[in-house]
Amino acid sequence: MTAHITRHHLRNAFVTKVQRLAGQNLMACYQCGKCSAGCPMASYMDILPNQIIRLAQLGFEEELLNSKAIWMCASCLACNTRCPKGVRIAEVIEALRQIELRARHEHLKVEDIPPEVLSKIPPIALIGSLRKFTS
Amino acid sequence: MKLSYYPGCTMKNHARNFEESTLFSLKELGIEVEEIKRWNCCGTVYSLSADEVMHQVAPVRNMIRAKEAGADQLMTACSMCYNTLKRANQRARANPEQLSRMNAFMYDEPIDYQGDVEVVHALEVVRDKIGFDAVKKKVVKPLKGLKVACYYGCLLVRPREIAFDDTENPTSLENLVTALGGTPVNFSHKTECCGAYQTVDKPEIVADKTYQILTAAQDQGANIVAVSCPLCAFNLDHRQETTLEIHPDLHTMPIVYFSQLMAIALGGDESVLRLDLHHTPPGPLLTESGLL
Repeated sequence: MTAHITRHHLRNAFVTKVQRLAGQNLMACYQCGKCSAGCPMASYMDILPNQIIRLAQLGFEEELLNSKAIWMCASCLACNTRCPKGVRIAEVIEALRQIELRARHEHLKVEDIPPEVLSKIPPIALIGSLRKFTS
Repeated sequence: MKLSYYPGCTMKNHARNFEESTLFSLKELGIEVEEIKRWNCCGTVYSLSADEVMHQVAPVRNMIRAKEAGADQLMTACSMCYNTLKRANQRARANPEQLSRMNAFMYDEPIDYQGDVEVVHALEVVRDKIGFDAVKKKVVKPLKGLKVACYYGCLLVRPREIAFDDTENPTSLENLVTALGGTPVNFSHKTECCGAYQTVDKPEIVADKTYQILTAAQDQGANIVAVSCPLCAFNLDHRQETTLEIHPDLHTMPIVYFSQLMAIALGGDESVLRLDLHHTPPGPLLTESGLL
C-alpha cells in the first residue's frame, strides 16, 4: 500500500488517544516483527500486528478502525510476552476496539447469534466475546 | 488443609466434569475446599484498557467474599477465572488510587478490600502444597497407556506476572502426568492459543486452530490431550465437529481436564469423571487402557 505521511498524521489526537487507552508508548516499537511471527491469528488478518503498531504510530486512523485485523485478536498475549521492547500489542489492539465500541459501533450483536449456537456454547465463550466485542 | 474456592460459571454447567473431578482429587489429596458464598462473575476476560476500572470491580468483589470466609487465599481451577481474578487483584494492589475508587463503588460491602488475598490455581496447589511425589504415593490406578499432550493454552502462563510456570515451556502438567503414571509427550503447541472467545462468531477459525493443535499432538504421539480451561476444552473437543467438516483428515482425540486424569489415577469412579459431557468420548481409550 502507498501511504502519504504528513505532520498532521503524526501529531493527531488519534495517536494520543490510542496511547492513552492502551497505556503504551507506540514509538518504542522498532518493527522486528516478532509479534506477527508468533500470532496465532495473523493468517486471518488484513493488517499484521506489527503493521498495526506502525500505522498507529503514524496516525492512520481510518485504515486501522476499518481493518478486520483488530477484531481477529484472541487476546492470547503471545505478542506481549515476546516483544523485546515491552510493547503490549494486545493492549493497542484493544484500544482500537474500544475507540469503535465506545462510539457504539458493535462488532457482535447478541440478536445475530443463532439460537442453536447460543444453546451449545458455554457461558465462558459467550460472556468473553460479548465483553470483547460489544460496548 | 482448608482452602477457599471460587468455582466460576462454566464449572457449574458445561464443565461439571472439571469441577467434580477437581473436588474429588483435592479431597483424596487431603485438601478441604470451601466454596465462597455469593460469588459473582470473574469478568471472564481481563479488560486491557488503561482507563478501565469498572470492569475490575466484579473480580475484586470476589476477594471481599474470600475475606468474609476468613481466607487469605482464593483457589480456582478454571484458567480464565484464574487469569482474570489474579490480574484484577494485581492491578488493585499496584494502584491504591484505583482500589480506593473500587471500594468507594462497593460502598454496600461490609468491608473494604485491602489487597490482601492471594489468587491460586488448583494445579499450583497440587504442585506446591501437596507435591507431585506425595501425589504419586496416592495413585491407585496408574495412567498406563495414556500418552498425554499437556495443553496449557494462554491464560495459565500469560502474562508473565500471573504465570506460576515458565511462559514458553511450562512443565507442571507434564510432571503431574508422570506422577500419575502416564506418559507426557513433547508437545510443540502446548501454549498455542485455541482461538478462545472467537469461537462464538468465527467457529471456522477456531476449527483451523483445533486442527493444528490436535494434529501436532497426534504427530508427537499423543492419544489424549489434557487441559485446564473450559473454553480450551470446548474449542478442542466440541469444535472437533466443525473441524472435521473443514479438515476431514483430522484425527479426533479425547480432550480431558488434568483434574479428570488425577481423579482416574486416585480411584475416582465415573460419577466424578462425568464423561457424558464430552464430545469425543474418552471412554474407549480409557477402557482399552484398563482405566475404567
